[in-house]
Amino acid sequence: MPSFLFWIFAAVMLGFGAAVVLNRNPIASALSLVISFLGLSALFMSLDAFFIGIIQILVYTGAVMVLFLFIIMLLDLRTETRRKMNVVAVVGGAMVALAFFAQICSVVGQLGAAQQSFPPLASPKMDDVHSVGLLLFSNYNVPFQIIGVLVLVATVGVVVLSKRELR
Amino acid sequence: MITLGHYLIVSGLLFTIGFAGVLLRRNIIIIFMSLELMLNAANLSLVAFSRFRLDAAGVPNYHAQVFVFFIITVAAAEVAVGLAIIVALYRARQTTHVEDVSTLKY
Repeated sequence: MPSFLFWIFAAVMLGFGAAVVLNRNPIASALSLVISFLGLSALFMSLDAFFIGIIQILVYTGAVMVLFLFIIMLLDLRTETRRKMNVVAVVGGAMVALAFFAQICSVVGQLGAAQQSFPPLASPKMDDVHSVGLLLFSNYNVPFQIIGVLVLVATVGVVVLSKRELR
Repeated sequence: MITLGHYLIVSGLLFTIGFAGVLLRRNIIIIFMSLELMLNAANLSLVAFSRFRLDAAGVPNYHAQVFVFFIITVAAAEVAVGLAIIVALYRARQTTHVEDVSTLKY
């Protein structure tokens, strides 16, 4: 993949990711999150992970974001009114995040493998859906079934939580 | 030339944006979206390592992609439960602002 595509999609992902945090209107945040995830799935595809990229679009921009927008509609959220922000808390939070990023940079800088580019694949034609599915149903069969139980528990939990009277 | 380090830095930057969102924003729905950003930043570095560390046959390490698949599934379940909790909170308190929910504070 040409390197300018990497820069474009990384910029789209990070720019709209920042817009999620900076927007005051929750709907604008949710739609920025959709664009950010589209950029992320393009980055997945640039890493030859086509299956994960498609799953990302289907699950996140398809299902999860519709859920978010539906909840925003249901609660009828408006643009936030400006409240007095605690300056110490804002500066402290920004400092913690920046310190965290500086640490990530120093770790990646010390990692020797980080300077190497990606090795070429053995063949350009590969069947990653087949390979991931084979692993999922052989090596990871028990975790796969546990995930099924987890999703069932989540479904039952959501139904119980959204009943009118919580006891 | 795009190296592994580029992807790791981009993933770290996305994680930092999500982290800053959780720390700085007070709207619980935005905090929840920032959590999703952080989960996906972890997915990006997993996929980058999967592509970087080819196995003997010269194909990507698919174990990492199976792991990403599990993370996406758990994240979807987590979003459903979390949003149901937000709706229940809104019914009880008519707010989505974390500073209005301070029973456990102090």
